[in-house]
Amino acid sequence: MAAITSDVQVEVRRPRRSVIIGVLLVVWVAAYFLLSGIDTLPLGGQETTGFHRWLTENRDFVGQGNVFFDAIRTAVDHLVVLLQDLVSRPSFGRPVPVVGWLGVVAISAYLAWAFGNWKVALLTAAGLAFVGLQGLWQESMDTLALTIAAVLLSLLVAIPLGIWAGLSNRAFKVATLILDLMQTLPTFVYLAPLTLFFAIGPAAATIATLIYAAPPAVRLTAHAIRSVPPESVEASRSLGSTRGQTLTKVLLPMSRSTVVVGINQTIMAALSMVTVAALIDAPGLGQTVLKALQTLDVGVAFNAGLAIVVIAIVLDRVTTAAGDRPWRTASVRRKVVLGAGAIGVLVAVWFSRTYVWAAEFPSEVGIGSRIAVITADVTAWVQDVFGGFTYGVRDAVTKGVLNPLEALLTGSPWWLVGAVVVTLAAILGRWKAAVPAVVCIGLLVATGVWQDSMITLASTLLATVVVVAVGLALGVWAGRNRRVDLAIRPILDAGQTMPPFVYLVPFLALFGTSRFTAIAAAVVYAVPVTTKIVADGIKAVPVATVEAANSVGSSNWQVISKVQLPVARRAITLAVNQGLIYVLAMVVVGGLVGAGALGYDVAAGFAQSELYGKGLAAGLAIVLLGVLLDRITQAAAPKPHGKGDKQ
Amino acid sequence: MKKLRYAAAQWAIGLTAAALALAGCGGAKVGEDPKPSAGGKECGSFNLTVSPWVGYEANAAVVAYVATKDLGCKVVKKNLKEEIAWQGFGTGEVDVNLENWGHEDLKKKYIETDKVAVEAGSTGVKGVIGWYVPPWMAEKYPDITDSKNLNKYADLFKTSESGGKGQLLDGDPSYVTNDEALVKNLNLNYKVVQSGSETALIQAFRDAEKTKKPLLAYFYEPQWFFNELKLVKVNLPAYTAGCDADPAKVACDYPPYDLDKIVSKKFADSGSPAYDLVKNFKWTNEDQNAVARMIAVDKLTPDAAAEKWVNANRAKVDTWLGK
Repeated sequence: MAAITSDVQVEVRRPRRSVIIGVLLVVWVAAYFLLSGIDTLPLGGQETTGFHRWLTENRDFVGQGNVFFDAIRTAVDHLVVLLQDLVSRPSFGRPVPVVGWLGVVAISAYLAWAFGNWKVALLTAAGLAFVGLQGLWQESMDTLALTIAAVLLSLLVAIPLGIWAGLSNRAFKVATLILDLMQTLPTFVYLAPLTLFFAIGPAAATIATLIYAAPPAVRLTAHAIRSVPPESVEASRSLGSTRGQTLTKVLLPMSRSTVVVGINQTIMAALSMVTVAALIDAPGLGQTVLKALQTLDVGVAFNAGLAIVVIAIVLDRVTTAAGDRPWRTASVRRKVVLGAGAIGVLVAVWFSRTYVWAAEFPSEVGIGSRIAVITADVTAWVQDVFGGFTYGVRDAVTKGVLNPLEALLTGSPWWLVGAVVVTLAAILGRWKAAVPAVVCIGLLVATGVWQDSMITLASTLLATVVVVAVGLALGVWAGRNRRVDLAIRPILDAGQTMPPFVYLVPFLALFGTSRFTAIAAAVVYAVPVTTKIVADGIKAVPVATVEAANSVGSSNWQVISKVQLPVARRAITLAVNQGLIYVLAMVVVGGLVGAGALGYDVAAGFAQSELYGKGLAAGLAIVLLGVLLDRITQAAAPKPHGKGDKQ
Repeated sequence: MKKLRYAAAQWAIGLTAAALALAGCGGAKVGEDPKPSAGGKECGSFNLTVSPWVGYEANAAVVAYVATKDLGCKVVKKNLKEEIAWQGFGTGEVDVNLENWGHEDLKKKYIETDKVAVEAGSTGVKGVIGWYVPPWMAEKYPDITDSKNLNKYADLFKTSESGGKGQLLDGDPSYVTNDEALVKNLNLNYKVVQSGSETALIQAFRDAEKTKKPLLAYFYEPQWFFNELKLVKVNLPAYTAGCDADPAKVACDYPPYDLDKIVSKKFADSGSPAYDLVKNFKWTNEDQNAVARMIAVDKLTPDAAAEKWVNANRAKVDTWLGK
C-alpha cells in the first residue's frame, strides 16, 4: 500500500532532520544568552520611522476622483441598494420593501427546497422566522443583502480564478501569494483607504468584504481541480475530449463538493466581516453589535451575533445540500410539485405586498430581549465561577510558554533570528523555502516594526499550535463519525461567524487584557475552519482503503495514523495553512484586547492619521509573517508522491 | 421514501396556503395608515456622523431630535470612526461632527489645507484625560492619587503582561497618549501595556472594583461609565500652557480639552436653519451624562432619551433655536 511505503521513507529521513533542527534550536538558545539585547530593533508606541511617515504623507495620493473606481462604486452601490429595496427597506414610494417578510421566507424556503431538499427548506423558514422573532428582521435583511452582493461578486471573480489556478501551475503560485495577501492583510489597513476610493457606505463595505471573502473560494476551487486523479483526466483525453470538455464534464463535476466547501467558506468569511464593515457605516446587524458594545451590553450584542450565526448556518446548509444533490432531470411529478410550490410562493409574496402583518415582522412577540437577559446572566455566572481559575491558567501559560518564546524572539538580534529562520527553511524545504524566507526577513526589517513582529509571531505560533492540535483531533473525530459531524457543525459555524467583538467582553472578564486573551480569541476563530477541512479530507478517504486496513486487523489508532491521515495529507496541509491564516486574520482583534504589537499598531493607524503609515507597515508585516510561515509549513509537509507510487 | 417526501411537500404547501387564506382575510393593508406629514422643505437633510461612544450619541440624539421635531429637517445618522468621519467632509458624506476631541492634525488638513470643513464652536463639554484608579484603591491607599507615590505601589500593579514592573493600562488607540514619555520622564517603575480598546478598559475597571484587583489605567471624562463607577483620578504634575510642547520631554498632566463642533463648508454655507442649531448647540457635562445614562444604563432608544431630556429642558433648547 502506498501509504505504508511512504511512511517508511519518511521514517528514514525524519531523525536526521529533527536532529539538525534540534541542534539549531540549542545553538539559538545558547546564542541568545550571549547576545540578548543587541540589535533588537525596538520602536516605541508613538514612534515612527521615515518609511512610516512617507506612507502617511502619500496616503491620499491614491484616491483622487478616479473615474474607474467611481464606475465600480456606482455599480456595486446599485446592486446593494437594489437588494435592500427588495427585502429590507421602504422603497419605490411604499412604506415597506418590495417583498415583505412572508414573501422573503416563502421565496427562500422554496429555493432551498428546489435546489436542496425539504429538510433545508424547513430549516430556512425556521431560521428566518427566528431572526424575525429576535426583533432583528430589518437588520438581518440588510446584512443578507450586503452578504449576497459580496458573495455573488466574490464568486464571479473567484471561481474562474480558481479554475485557472487549478489548471496552471504558474497561476497557482501567483494566486497563492496574492490570496495570502488578501486574507492576512488586516481589513483595518485597507478599510480607511477604501473609503477614499469608494466613499463611505455599502459599496466600500461590500468591496472590503469581497477582498476578505473571495480567497477561500479561489483556493478550494484550485485545490479541488488539482485533486482530481490524473487517471480520470487521462481517460477523458484518451476518449478524445477537448480541453473544454474535460473541464466541464470531468474536472468540474468531480470537484463539485470541494468547490461547494469553498463557497461555504466564502459565505462564512463574508458574514464574519459584517461587524468590521459596520465601522464604515455598512447597514445591518454589525451596527447593532457595535452599538451594544459601547456600553458592554453583551446580551444585546450576543442577540445580534446569534442572528448572524443563524443566517450563516442557513446559507451553509442550503449550499451544502445544493452541492450534494445529484444532477438529474426532474420527473414529471417533481415538476408539478415545483410548479405548485411556485404558485404558493407567489401568493405569499402578494400577501406580503398587500397586508401590513405580512410585510412588517410583527414586533409583539420579541424573544430578542429574553435572549439578551439570559446571555447577560450566563456571562455573569461564568465570570463569577471561573474568574479566579482562568487567571491562573493564563499566568501559567504566559510564564511557562509564551514569555520564554517571546523573549527568545524579541531578545535575540534580528540577524540571529533571521539566520535561524532561513536555516530552518533550508533544512525543511531547500532553496524553495529558503529564498522566500530571506526575502520575508529582509522586508520585515524594512517595515521598521521588527520587534512588534516578533511579539506577534510568538503569540501566533502558540495559537497556531493549539489550533492545529484541536482542529486535527476534532476533524478526525468528525470525519470518521457522521453523527459527531452533525453535532459539532453548528458550534463550528458559530465560532466562525459569531463576531469576535461579542465574545471579547466575556473573554476580557475571564482573562483580563493580555496576550493570552488574544490567543484564546484567535483559537476560537481558527479552529472551525481547520476542523472542517480536516473532516472533509478524512471523509474523502476511499471507504475501500479504510475497510482494507480494518480487514487486516488494524486498530482504530493504526487506521487513523497509518491510513486516513497520510491519505488526507493534502487536506491537512491546507487545514494547517488556513488555520495559520485565520489566526493571523485575528491579530488586529487581538490588538483590541491587550495583545499589543502589530495588532495594536494597525488599530492605531486606523484611528490616528499620523500613525497611518506605521499601521500600514504593521499590516504588511502581518502579511510577511503569513507568507513566511506559509512557505515553511508547506515545505515541511511531506511531498505528494509521483505517479509510480500511486499504483 | 420518495413518495413520502413529495407528499410532505404537498401538505406543507397546502397548509401554508390555507393558513394564508385564513389569516389574510383580516389585517391592515399596506399604505393605508396615514403618512407622517412631510414638512420642513427649507431645512432639507443633513448627514450627521455618530462617533462610537455614548457621550457623542447623546449629543447626536438631542440635536437630531430637535432638528427633526422643531425644524422639520431630515437627519441622516452615520455611525463612523472619527478618522473616517473627517474624510467624509471632503467627499460630502458627512456634514456635522458634534464632538471633536482635539485632532489638531486633522483640523489643519481638512480646515486649513483642503478647506472642506469649518469650526462651529464649543459644545460646552469639558474633556479630561488622565490616569485613574478604581474607587476601592483610592479608599485603601489614599495617597495613591499623587503620582509621586506611584513607585511605592508599583508592586501591586504587576501583571503577566508588565514584565516585572507595575502595569499602566492604556486604552483606545484613537487617543494620542503621552504615557510612555510620562512614565520615562517621571521616573516611574511602570510599563505601559496597551489594552487596545475602550471595551477592554471598561471591563478591566469593572473587574478591578468587583474583585478588588489593583488597576491603574488611562481614562477620560465625560464617559457614561462614571455613572456606574466613580473612578478616581491620579494627579500628575499640573498642566501649564506649553508643558507638552515636546512630546518626548513631556512630564505634566494632559491639558483640559474643550470639545468642539465641526461642520462641512457646504453645510455652513447652505443657510439651513439646521446649521444655526448646530452652531448654537451648547450644554454641559451633566446634561450629556444625563442623556448618556438614559441610553447606556436605562436602555432607552436615543430618540426616547432625547425626547425626555428636551421636555425637561425646554428653555435651553429654545436658546439654541434662537427663540
